[in-house]
Amino acid sequence: MSNNDQAATAGPAPASRQKAARKPRRTRIIVDFMGSMSLAITLLVALAIASVIGTVLVQNEPYTEYLMDFGPFWHEVFAGMGLYQVYSATWFLLVVAFLVVSTSFCVYRQSPGLLKDLRRYNLQVKEKSLRSFHSSATGDLDQPQEEFAQHAHRVLKAQGFRAREKTSEGQTVIAAMRGRWNRMGYLLTHVGIVVICVGALADGTTLLKLNEWLGNLEIETRSVPISEVPRSAWVPEWNPSFRGSVEIPEGASANVVFLPVREGYYVQELPFRIELEEFRIERFSTGAEQSYESDLVIHDPDRDEPLRHTISVNHPLIYDGYAIYQASFADGGTKLDIDAIPLGAEALQELEVPGRVFQEMDVPTPDGGNRTVEFINFRSENVVPLLNEEGVREDRQLGPSFDFRLIDRTGQGLYYRNYMRPALQEGAMYFLSGVRETPADEFNYLFLPADSDDSLERFRTYLAMLHNPEVRNAIAQQVARDDDTVPDEQSEAIARTTAELMGLFAEGGYGAVHEEIERRVPAERIDEVRDLMIRILHAGLQGLYMEVLQDEGVVSIQEEEQRFLEDAISAINAISLYQSPFFFHLKDFEHREASGLQIARAPGQSTVYAGSTMLIIGIFLLFYVSYQRLWIMARRREDGEGTHVVMAGTSNRHKVEFEERFAHLKRWIIDQKPVGSDPQREDSHNKNT
Amino acid sequence: MSVPHEALDFERPGFFRQLQLRDWGYFALMATVATISLTLFGENMDRYDIGGLMLAVGTSAWLGWFWRPWKAFSIIVGVLALFGIWLYGDNLAANETNFWLNYIGSGQAGVMWMSVFLYLSTVAYLLGLFSNSDFPSRVGAAFAWVGAGAGAMALLVRWREIYLTDPTWGYIPVANLYEVFILFAALTTLMYLYYEQRTGSRNMGAFVMLVIAAAVTFLLWYMFDREAHVVEPLVPALNSWWMKIHVPSNFVGYGGFAIAAMLGVAFLVRNRLDGTRPDAAITRRIPSTETLDSVMYKSIAIGFAFFTIATVLGAMWAAEAWGGYWSWDPKETWALIVWLNYAAWLHMRFTKGWRGPTMAWWAIVGLFITTFAFLGVNMFLSGLHSYGEL
Repeated sequence: MSNNDQAATAGPAPASRQKAARKPRRTRIIVDFMGSMSLAITLLVALAIASVIGTVLVQNEPYTEYLMDFGPFWHEVFAGMGLYQVYSATWFLLVVAFLVVSTSFCVYRQSPGLLKDLRRYNLQVKEKSLRSFHSSATGDLDQPQEEFAQHAHRVLKAQGFRAREKTSEGQTVIAAMRGRWNRMGYLLTHVGIVVICVGALADGTTLLKLNEWLGNLEIETRSVPISEVPRSAWVPEWNPSFRGSVEIPEGASANVVFLPVREGYYVQELPFRIELEEFRIERFSTGAEQSYESDLVIHDPDRDEPLRHTISVNHPLIYDGYAIYQASFADGGTKLDIDAIPLGAEALQELEVPGRVFQEMDVPTPDGGNRTVEFINFRSENVVPLLNEEGVREDRQLGPSFDFRLIDRTGQGLYYRNYMRPALQEGAMYFLSGVRETPADEFNYLFLPADSDDSLERFRTYLAMLHNPEVRNAIAQQVARDDDTVPDEQSEAIARTTAELMGLFAEGGYGAVHEEIERRVPAERIDEVRDLMIRILHAGLQGLYMEVLQDEGVVSIQEEEQRFLEDAISAINAISLYQSPFFFHLKDFEHREASGLQIARAPGQSTVYAGSTMLIIGIFLLFYVSYQRLWIMARRREDGEGTHVVMAGTSNRHKVEFEERFAHLKRWIIDQKPVGSDPQREDSHNKNT
Repeated sequence: MSVPHEALDFERPGFFRQLQLRDWGYFALMATVATISLTLFGENMDRYDIGGLMLAVGTSAWLGWFWRPWKAFSIIVGVLALFGIWLYGDNLAANETNFWLNYIGSGQAGVMWMSVFLYLSTVAYLLGLFSNSDFPSRVGAAFAWVGAGAGAMALLVRWREIYLTDPTWGYIPVANLYEVFILFAALTTLMYLYYEQRTGSRNMGAFVMLVIAAAVTFLLWYMFDREAHVVEPLVPALNSWWMKIHVPSNFVGYGGFAIAAMLGVAFLVRNRLDGTRPDAAITRRIPSTETLDSVMYKSIAIGFAFFTIATVLGAMWAAEAWGGYWSWDPKETWALIVWLNYAAWLHMRFTKGWRGPTMAWWAIVGLFITTFAFLGVNMFLSGLHSYGEL
């Protein structure tokens, strides 16, 4: 990045440039190439393009996903080019390294000239070249040469210029400059960039890559217990820089972190053990996390006593060069006390399932088979925003929930989320269970109506009775008998139909009923028959419900009871889609959380910060201090007394403002008149802009 | 004959001696504001809060010295904001019943007034470009001042409104896309007004205000279509004093780049007219390519300087919040791309002396890159910075 500012060097050629005209040598050519602007810009562009790739192609995904997205051919190509981890790819690091080298060469090449610029006033100017300056002026004064020179010095000094003077052969040359810090700006910015990159390379994964390349390390791609990870995937404590994460459940501890690498990971050893005593989370009224924190205990063999410290988001612990951050949280294996309630004839029996998050267990089903349940997650709080009747937002707490997956013999299964407590929905209480095919889908909810005790008792009774053929028959006959519109001789047939429809409904909901009707009835009569059949079915379901209420001792049927029936019918209809033989009802839990820690070691961090500071200071010097040079040449006028003056100046920034300043200087120095009523104000503006 | 030195005016008084009574008066006012704030709320402030207060007051005092209109602007905005806050009292619902709050003093009202005046300002500047009179552009500048003031007031009042919504949610309103768009519109307008005053070329406004009007349009859509103005609590990682300096620095950067791009457009128009209709009135009303080039450079320079600061501050914040000063998160990476782009622009100007249409085009392309870094990343790419999602 050569810094041959045109303006600043438009004047007489400095000595260093004259030297450059010598016969080029090979080293010289290399230095020139490495420090050239074209190379630097090419590298900047390469870096920018590589960076774009890294943001467009999502980084560090599992390789199987890439394979699905791009197909085997492109996957191979992309993986080979390191595009899934652009920023740690060898070629990317090479580009950065090249940029560092190029910038260093540029600094190396430019510094001598720059430093010379600070000291060299360049008194060897020719009048002809001064006259060719963009800002240049001449004048003939009556003042003697000596007196003029003194005057010029005074003006220059007052205007903040440093000046040197040389008189030879009757000619006085004054060379002046100001804003020399601008030149330091160049050095600071470029050295700053080099320092930043060096610090960042020190914090990168270069050392790991080198060891990998030497065959000392081999990544682990399986998800296995840590005891089964082979030693070749363990990184010893010597590794000076890394960034990894580890999840520690409450009451547990860890002395390793996992470093994600490509499609796998390394296990990084730590010289101490971190124990998580307690994890706490504070929530806003919306249920969103306000902050979370972990009580950590550091057990270090070098310490007499363990160190206790609480970390939270934005407040890490720096211990012995290791920074320990609160990054995330998760379930740490909450104990779940579950009743598996069969959704069929055995609805009134229940099976106790002692579950634990992240565990799998087999649950026998009523039909004699079994299903595997995999507990995935537990949440102690679920707040959902709802609009109340006035349209004002209200946050509703739905209480604890747990996620699980039910897997059948073929390994297939749906994902479920069950809530522990019934939730109010449009005026009634329901037990909610969400079901979806993949974790990416939205949940479809099963609403099981809760009775007045907020329990499932009534629904379970109703469901069990509906699934019982004897009960169905008895109810059907009673309903047919009690119906005055049914002639006695048809009563028996109607009762049979009712019981049959109820049976169909119990097993497969309305879908099964419709199917049966379509199977039996000619197409032209379907609508008519369907309406009749649904009426008969509903009469039966209603009759069954009356029986349940009677057993409960409820005599009068209110709107609430009627609504329960409708909800129960909807729920039973939905059970066939729910694809689970059970409703898992959470009775109790023992919450155990895990804290996600990120642990990093970055010895280059302070170097990077120092470089950044240099960069920022340098930028301000470069932009807001303009390096100005001025030459004044004075000699005795040829036509007699007095002095002939040539004055010229140049600036590398803010040309417009410099022209104005030059005009002022000319007025003071050559015309020797005041500039105006308030030129200082004007001038200070120029200085600042 | 030479004149005595005393009669010449080249002696430069020191910086402080150049200050006038009102400069010191403004400084005293700022000091009073700081003292009152510390007296009233000092016991609830930690050292970062106090540091932030000092930084804000100091910056404002310096801005008042450096750029005179800032004094009046900041006082009026401050008084209006305090008025709105006073009207609220402790009751957020007051804005539904109180006329003044509903129509002037609330954050929402402020945003609406800002939008109206910035639109009007754009129209006036455009009229000015096509009229022989200076009047429309003057009106445009006046409207721009009012619009920027309304936006600044809106942010200040919203700051209080967030605390009124729920004291535990309280944060400075530069945390989501809605808030930063208000910041962008107000800040960019102010930066433009500064350059307008310094150069005395009013007709740059017809170009610059277009990008601000576009931002206002986005803001209004975001507000009406997405209810973006509804206050939501902050995610834990954002709850940090770094945000107070990181975000505003970034927006000085974005503002500078936006102004530069629009001046690039003006440059190309003027350059074209110089070739085709050098004597037309409209040609002369657009500032000269030299002026445009100079202001374009200056706004990229200030943008670049503050963007660098913002990126470094962001890295320091990331080191505290995410466990590393650089994660190659898409937002970070695009910030780097923006930085590299303008670094290359500045190098070409400094070392190769590039000027003219190429640089103007480049500044325009730069705005597209910047816009992608600002908005596109949030829309199309996911990452750690996913706070300002659409």
